[in-house]
Amino acid sequence: MRTIGFLIQKEFLQIFRNRSMLPIIFAVPVVQLIIIVHAATFEMKSIRLFVVDHDRSVLTREVCDKFRGSGFFRITGYSDLDRDGEQGMKQREADAIVVFPADFEKQVSMGRDARFQLIVNAINGSAGGLIHAYTQSVVQDMNHNLRKESGLISMETRPQQIDLTYTFWYNPELNYQTFMVPGILVILVTVISLLLSGMNIVKEKEIGTIEQVNVSPIRKYQFIAGKLIPTLLIALFELAFGLGVGKLLFDIPLEGNLLLVFFAAAVYSCVILGLGLLVSTMTGTQQQAMFVSFFFMIVFILMSGLFTAAENMPDWAQWLNHLNPVAYFIRIIRMVLLKGSGFTDIRPDLFALALLAVLSITLAVRRYRKTV
Amino acid sequence: MKKFLGFVRKEFHHIFRDRRTLLILFGMPVVQLLLFGYVIVNDLRNARIAVLDLASDQVSREITGKIISSGFFRLVTYLESERDIHEVLKQGQVREVIIFEKDFARKLQSDGRAAVQVIADASEPNTARMMVNYTQGILMSYTLERNRNLPQAAAIIPEVRMEYNPELKGVYMFVPGIIAMLLTLICTLLTSIAITREKELGTMEVLLVSPLRPVQIILGKVTPYLLLSLLNAMVILLMANLVFGVPVVGSVVLLLAMTMLYILTALSLGILISSLTGSQQVAMMISMVGLLLPTILLSGFIYPIENMPLWLQAICHVMPPKYFITIMKDIMLMGNGLMYFWKEAVVLLFMTAVFIILSVKKFKIRLS
Repeated sequence: MRTIGFLIQKEFLQIFRNRSMLPIIFAVPVVQLIIIVHAATFEMKSIRLFVVDHDRSVLTREVCDKFRGSGFFRITGYSDLDRDGEQGMKQREADAIVVFPADFEKQVSMGRDARFQLIVNAINGSAGGLIHAYTQSVVQDMNHNLRKESGLISMETRPQQIDLTYTFWYNPELNYQTFMVPGILVILVTVISLLLSGMNIVKEKEIGTIEQVNVSPIRKYQFIAGKLIPTLLIALFELAFGLGVGKLLFDIPLEGNLLLVFFAAAVYSCVILGLGLLVSTMTGTQQQAMFVSFFFMIVFILMSGLFTAAENMPDWAQWLNHLNPVAYFIRIIRMVLLKGSGFTDIRPDLFALALLAVLSITLAVRRYRKTV
Repeated sequence: MKKFLGFVRKEFHHIFRDRRTLLILFGMPVVQLLLFGYVIVNDLRNARIAVLDLASDQVSREITGKIISSGFFRLVTYLESERDIHEVLKQGQVREVIIFEKDFARKLQSDGRAAVQVIADASEPNTARMMVNYTQGILMSYTLERNRNLPQAAAIIPEVRMEYNPELKGVYMFVPGIIAMLLTLICTLLTSIAITREKELGTMEVLLVSPLRPVQIILGKVTPYLLLSLLNAMVILLMANLVFGVPVVGSVVLLLAMTMLYILTALSLGILISSLTGSQQVAMMISMVGLLLPTILLSGFIYPIENMPLWLQAICHVMPPKYFITIMKDIMLMGNGLMYFWKEAVVLLFMTAVFIILSVKKFKIRLS
């Protein structure tokens, strides 16, 4: 036991002796939180609309006003030449072009349907879909007015309607930040656990100091514990620090039991530490270790449901996600922090994590050899 | 020159000897393309819902049927009373609860309107909003169906054309980003690590006392990575085209020229980072936090820059990948020529010059 204590002390000394590591440990969480939280939004605040109006009538102006009034669109260009609209889109100054034909108003006044063209820059597919949907709602509004004006709504021919009322639970204002912050904390714990643990051992290998450790009377489990425990502590500290920053800057809700969060984080961190250790047994240089870790990290994080909902993925991907520790932990931390879920609610996920932890550490320890 | 070539050959040996890194360098873009093409979807699919049907009449059942058969939702359970709502949402069994009011059909018939209430689990706001929108859409098309026989007034109809990406595939948007990310990874991260590695192992000293000039050492270090990243970019483009049908509308020559320009920017940044630090771990952390994160988040790769707060947009403007991704989208997807993105190209050139000047100033011939 005393041996492990000394080893831990040595590790801490090594980590903190490196002057540039300290700012990294403290700056990374803050920078990540502030930047990712503000950057990661799919919300379209204002769609830039270019209007090509061949009609220049009262009706087209009315439609334009409706677009503007909807709050989704901003009209950034107005012309009566098709070419101007095309240029606007090519120069990335317009997200969509609306083209009104010359007889737009005439058609409506004659009681016929009037068509206009909506050309969307759809490179960003989901934004394209949103622009389409917003346009539909503007047009529907407009048509409703037209129907009213034409006096077609009377008692007998009144259309039936279903009123939808909706409430958003756990996050009534659909605040994206409360959604992202817990996820970013997960990334934080992951990056620290994976990079520090695996990299540390590989560094000893690369520099050659591992041989000194190997010939010393330190036992295998002592060495590994001495490597893992400091990282685990730092990862948990980072989580606490990140939670504090999140609370102070973004006022994220802390509904559930924080101890539960830290317990889950410790289990999760063990999984990642095990993986880091495994990587370090299979690689010889820090560069290799970094690359292998980075590769798995990207895949894990992208599939975890941090940025996009995991439930919408194809079935085979969801099946693969059973092996993805990040997915479990993101689910747990969101449930506890946002919904106030208790131990019973997260038990299945927590068990799965514990299983993965045992698995990854056993595998890593078995593969680790004291001989070079 | 011969000495220089020999040095480059040595570097190639270093790279090719390391099979794992190579495998990952070429495996990563492939896996990422597949992930972005097949897995990362923003559409609703089989969202788990529960229904609390207080009416339980023909209309409410009909609507429930429509909702389930839409493919967007999957009915997990019928609830008995309002008390159960809290339970199922908290456990995460369902994401949305749909409640039909009492006497739904009768109210719809006699009053002309009836109410549906939706409670969505908004701990994932994007999904919550989507679920409500889709539910609304289904209800709307249902009422439209019922009202079909009523007299219609003239209506305005939009004809929609999706330019550049008619099928609204997500992968279109991601290909330029993946290329940018890979180039950053190889050129900046690998380069900075390769140089600091020599410092950390002490072999830098051997190189410095060799007859090679410092410029030659640096050039020799980066040449293999330059070729490697160019090759990698082409693999990504080809695969995107063959597997997902992402086109290259504009000039391929221009595309490669611009890729070269960005490789130079990324390489010079890698050299700068390596001249600032002596340890691989620090170089790695700087590259990761200072570069990879911005490449993914602050470049328009996944999240559109226009939606960000202004101060963050300002930060985006000093990020090299942002300019590269804009150029790539212009050439690949919009088919634009140089006249549409010369400003971005000039910015990249300027950044490259600044990085090179800075690293020349910082480069030390002597160690410690």
